[in-house]
Amino acid sequence: MPHIGPVVESDILLALEGVTVSFDGFKAVNDLSLYIQKGELRVIIGPNGAGKTTVLDLICGRTKVSEGSIAFKDTEVTKLKEHEIVRLGIGRKFQNPSIYEDLTVLENLEISYPKGRGVFGALGFRRTAEVADRIDEIADMIFLKEHLNTKAEILSHGQKQWLEIGMLLIQDPELLMLDEPVAGMSVAERVKTAELLNRIIEGRAVIVIEHDMKFVESIAHRVTVLHQGKVLAEGRMDKIQEDPKVREVYLGH
Amino acid sequence: MTNAKLRSLASNWLGFVLLSALLILVFPAVLDDFRLNLVGKYLSFGFVVLGLVLCWGYTGILSLGQGIFFGLGGYCIAMFLKLEASTPENTAIQSTPGIPDFMDWNQLTELPFFWEPFHSFAFTVIAIMAVPAAVAFILAYAMFKRRVGGVYFAIITQAVTAVLTILIIGQQGYTGGINGITDLRTLLGWDIRTDEAHNILYFICVALLLVCILLGRFVLKSKLGRILVAIRDKEERVRFSGYDVANFKVFVFCVAAALAGVGGAMFTLQVGFMSPTIIGIVPSIEMVIFCALGGRLSLIGAVLGALIVNAAKTTFSEMFPELWLFAMGGLFIGVTLFFPRGLAGLVDDYVVPFLSKVFLGDKKTPPPEPAVTKLAE
Repeated sequence: MPHIGPVVESDILLALEGVTVSFDGFKAVNDLSLYIQKGELRVIIGPNGAGKTTVLDLICGRTKVSEGSIAFKDTEVTKLKEHEIVRLGIGRKFQNPSIYEDLTVLENLEISYPKGRGVFGALGFRRTAEVADRIDEIADMIFLKEHLNTKAEILSHGQKQWLEIGMLLIQDPELLMLDEPVAGMSVAERVKTAELLNRIIEGRAVIVIEHDMKFVESIAHRVTVLHQGKVLAEGRMDKIQEDPKVREVYLGH
Repeated sequence: MTNAKLRSLASNWLGFVLLSALLILVFPAVLDDFRLNLVGKYLSFGFVVLGLVLCWGYTGILSLGQGIFFGLGGYCIAMFLKLEASTPENTAIQSTPGIPDFMDWNQLTELPFFWEPFHSFAFTVIAIMAVPAAVAFILAYAMFKRRVGGVYFAIITQAVTAVLTILIIGQQGYTGGINGITDLRTLLGWDIRTDEAHNILYFICVALLLVCILLGRFVLKSKLGRILVAIRDKEERVRFSGYDVANFKVFVFCVAAALAGVGGAMFTLQVGFMSPTIIGIVPSIEMVIFCALGGRLSLIGAVLGALIVNAAKTTFSEMFPELWLFAMGGLFIGVTLFFPRGLAGLVDDYVVPFLSKVFLGDKKTPPPEPAVTKLAE
């Protein structure tokens, strides 16, 4: 499944070209170019402050680019609003589990179901068999089938992370972006999450930001190393680990 | 019927049935005409608090300016009634007969253009909801599309309230100024000043209020209701789930405004006048207190809050006029600190478990249901 080889134009799902963003003169991302292919699982690593989270923010429209272009399926997204980008097929998981604590797991997933997204659509939305089946299917995948009627607030930290991944999966995005999906998880939970990730990449591209190198090794196909807002190195995990520049700024620590 | 069925039926409808019985049967039976009319007046604030439950309790949009919308609804019907009362025969002694008396006193010689449509009853009925909703739309659209929220939004609603009140007071010839629009007599020829009319208006008010409660429940029970809770808790997540959050906030704010407008109209009809003192900053804050005390997550509780605080205000503000405002402020702080879910929260935590123990034979007190997902009331 990992396409490593010559990049064909039509295989490119997401293209960042010459992207720069500056906050009061500080360039958090500096002339960055990055290409993600369809069906690829890409891990972005790098030291703190390298601009990893900012890159995700730029793609999903949370932060506006200062210069450069971001094209998703040949559509320029830099001028679109967040919800429009989501509707194009980009899902984003935040670093801290971002779920609706006052609602149940079922309701969390239902809200994320991509129907009835307008005010009146939501008013007339019915939980049809189709919706219920889809929710069941996702809940099963994220190990929360037994907890459908549990309030999200009382889930464990790891379960919250899974729930948020599930909320994205139910939208069936073509590109899924996960910001540190295993942060704060126990070893057992990490193993399950790796298994989950390896299943959900079927048919979609995934960008993962991660610090845990063991976890990265267990999932990564292709790794991009960011440093000071620029790509320092890019390639297969084993090559990256041997790269002297990478060892110096990041892995050597 | 199984216990579970009974319980879900009870939790869905018991509050509504009890409130209906209280308003339709108990109050008319035990209260004299004067007090029943007072209750009717209190209930007109019930419409406002229903809106506050939707937009403050569930969506987290605190508006300190619901008085504006209450006032706009109230002024709409007052203008209609005033025009009906200002026939050329009734106003023959004026220098310009046929226009409202206060206009004549302010040297106006013809009816201002924006008064003209209020000759029509159908227009007036629509305007009672449409005018507040339109003002709310402009305000909310401008703020929420720019992602102004939280305390900033509350401050802006407060400022708009001040502006509108000053405008009404300043434009005496067009609005009746500080005195408001007074001496309202008939509605389509029906004298609304008699005890009998007051009684009928009371029942109309109750019926409308119950309909509005059902409407509110319909909204809260739909997926829209859960999206509102989601917006309150994690606005950004909702946005990144593909929703245009601002549209939802605008919608709920407009609904709250339209409800307040209906309340204002019922107030004018039952009290017989509308004036800026009823819609200014202090009344707007009082409306939030009714809602907080009754329970901002409970439609029924909030209506009871409006009744209780208003009744207390009538009783105590006569006895201790200086102390009343302090008591009201203290009440608000106390409720916010100790019972954030208001009276309805206390009922959920203590009365409901007790009742289910007695009637449904629960062995142990079930843990209080989380207030927020209890969308029932």
